[in-house]
Amino acid sequence: MKHVGDELQSGRISLGLSLLRTMVRIREFEQHARIGYDRGEIPGVVHLSIGQEAVAAGVCANLVREDYVASTHRGHGHCIAKGANVDAMMAELFGRKTGTNKGKGGSMHIADFSVGMLGANGVVGGGIGIAVGAAQASQLLGRQNVSVCFFGDGAVNRGPFLEGLNWAAVFNLPVLFVCEDNAFSAFTRASSTTAGKGAAARAEAIGVRARTADGNDVFAVYDRAAELLRGIRAGEGPGFLHAPTYRLDGHTVFDTAPYRSSAEVERHREDDPVALLESQLREWGAAARQVDEIYAGAREEMERAMERARAAPLLQPSDAFEDVQLAGAPQ
Amino acid sequence: MMTQKPATTTLTIAQAARESLAEEMRRDPSVWALGEDLAAGGIFGTYKGLIDEFGPKRIVSTPISESMIVNVGFGAALAGTRPVIEMRILDFALCAWDELINQIAKARFMFGGQTSVPLVVRMPQGIGRGFQAAQHSQSLEAWLVHTPGLVVIAPATAADEKGLLKTAIRSDDPVVLLEPKSLFPTSGEVPVEEYTTPFGVARVAREGSDVTLVTWSSLVPVALDAAERARAQGIAVEVIDLRSLWPWDRDAVLASAAKTKRVLVAHEAVRVGGLGAEIAATVTEELAIPVARAGAPRIPVGYSPVLENTYRVNADGVLAAIEKLCG
Repeated sequence: MKHVGDELQSGRISLGLSLLRTMVRIREFEQHARIGYDRGEIPGVVHLSIGQEAVAAGVCANLVREDYVASTHRGHGHCIAKGANVDAMMAELFGRKTGTNKGKGGSMHIADFSVGMLGANGVVGGGIGIAVGAAQASQLLGRQNVSVCFFGDGAVNRGPFLEGLNWAAVFNLPVLFVCEDNAFSAFTRASSTTAGKGAAARAEAIGVRARTADGNDVFAVYDRAAELLRGIRAGEGPGFLHAPTYRLDGHTVFDTAPYRSSAEVERHREDDPVALLESQLREWGAAARQVDEIYAGAREEMERAMERARAAPLLQPSDAFEDVQLAGAPQ
Repeated sequence: MMTQKPATTTLTIAQAARESLAEEMRRDPSVWALGEDLAAGGIFGTYKGLIDEFGPKRIVSTPISESMIVNVGFGAALAGTRPVIEMRILDFALCAWDELINQIAKARFMFGGQTSVPLVVRMPQGIGRGFQAAQHSQSLEAWLVHTPGLVVIAPATAADEKGLLKTAIRSDDPVVLLEPKSLFPTSGEVPVEEYTTPFGVARVAREGSDVTLVTWSSLVPVALDAAERARAQGIAVEVIDLRSLWPWDRDAVLASAAKTKRVLVAHEAVRVGGLGAEIAATVTEELAIPVARAGAPRIPVGYSPVLENTYRVNADGVLAAIEKLCG
């Protein structure tokens, strides 16, 4: 007979492998995107979330397809964790017709409405109201789904943070706010631009239940998000998760981050959430073959996505006049 | 055989607006409204009593959070509803310009046609009951028409208010409804039968053969007044109420212009960089006939009656422009 503890551990291993798969897919997608940018195959700006994958994976593992996610300019992880098709995502970064957005949005507007992913956003804090509004629509139509809004440490200093949290609390809306705090507002340390006791304290002050989880510990993120989402799904109103993590790369692919020391970055590499989870799983006795397959599978998947994006059709000038609006011809 | 004139009823523009929204909310349960003081009927009475029929989930009185009002409407439109977003007055919508211009107007395009954004943003604009100074009196249609993705409508009569609001609510484009703040209490005949007013179709408010006067919103009654006075001087003015500012009815304007050979565009907004310039330029490019513009000087609206009247385009000014064009 198995011990209860063994069963728990086996459940944890199985969950951990699933989370690892998501995190490694995000990591591999972004590493391939960086190669694509360096080679000149990806024409435009790309913001990488390398080092932050546990937040996207841990939160989204609690969601179903019908739930909504609104994201940030650093949104590849949220997209993949919500189930978006990586071939279409990569094609979007390449600016091709087969992209999620037909090549019209790029990394900063990447979206897959078919899986409830309501878009990355080029404006800091831009997704907050989208998630709150989607939740209000759900409430109005009597649907059971929730909305999750990811935003960074910079957004807590913008108006939509106050307006959106207050709104969600006033109308008791099913929204989980997730502050993915990567320590940097673009080139500036968030701590130097943010007063008071931080994001969670601000949320509590507005009347939104808040929890903090180590954003590099995917189980901690998963568990705190699960706890908050239980309350949200039970009709208790919005919740707030503050997940401190660390942006291992620059603000964009062309930012070499001269505003911080390489020693600091190396220190944080020791907390790499993917490596932490992998060693945890190996320590718990997860089959090495399964772990290795996750890496190999993700690499192969992203290689394939790159090849397909390269082969995908380019846009034509006439495409610029499509999807603008229904009424009236563009001039 | 006599043609039966359709039955009409007399309503103010505010009443027509209220009736339009109520009928659409009865027709489609995904239509709802959000904005400040809606449960109290809205500041112009355009939501009067709707809370009693539709309840607080569909007539939503919101915090004074303009950017969130528009943003929530956006998110709710992406998630399968048709929000009617009330801005109270246009000037306050400037607090939500990011949501309107950066997000809503571009969503269909930048998401590659994955989604429609079926919402209406209502912005009562212009000088209202008077003397409300610089932050409560602006007309900014040129900014909105300049932005790809938006439909912009500006009715001047009760019938058009009702019919255009219905079309806006049913539209899968985001629509900005510029309501003529000063005309809300003005009465007009409104058909009793169900009808909608299409986007992009102008209304000939008065027929004439000597000069075409293109105008919209609060300037329509001013233009009609000036046209009546011009008649005494033997000038027959054709007044075109544009109603839709984007798309605007080029065909109607150019057809009238081809007939009269002279075009004046008059609007309450500042003349410099105004929508009148776009229309005048279009007429010039197509027909090469004399055109002129009447609009406010490029100054803020001052509080003192002297200052407000200096800003305001009145019938005297429009008449003077007509005389000059026909002189």
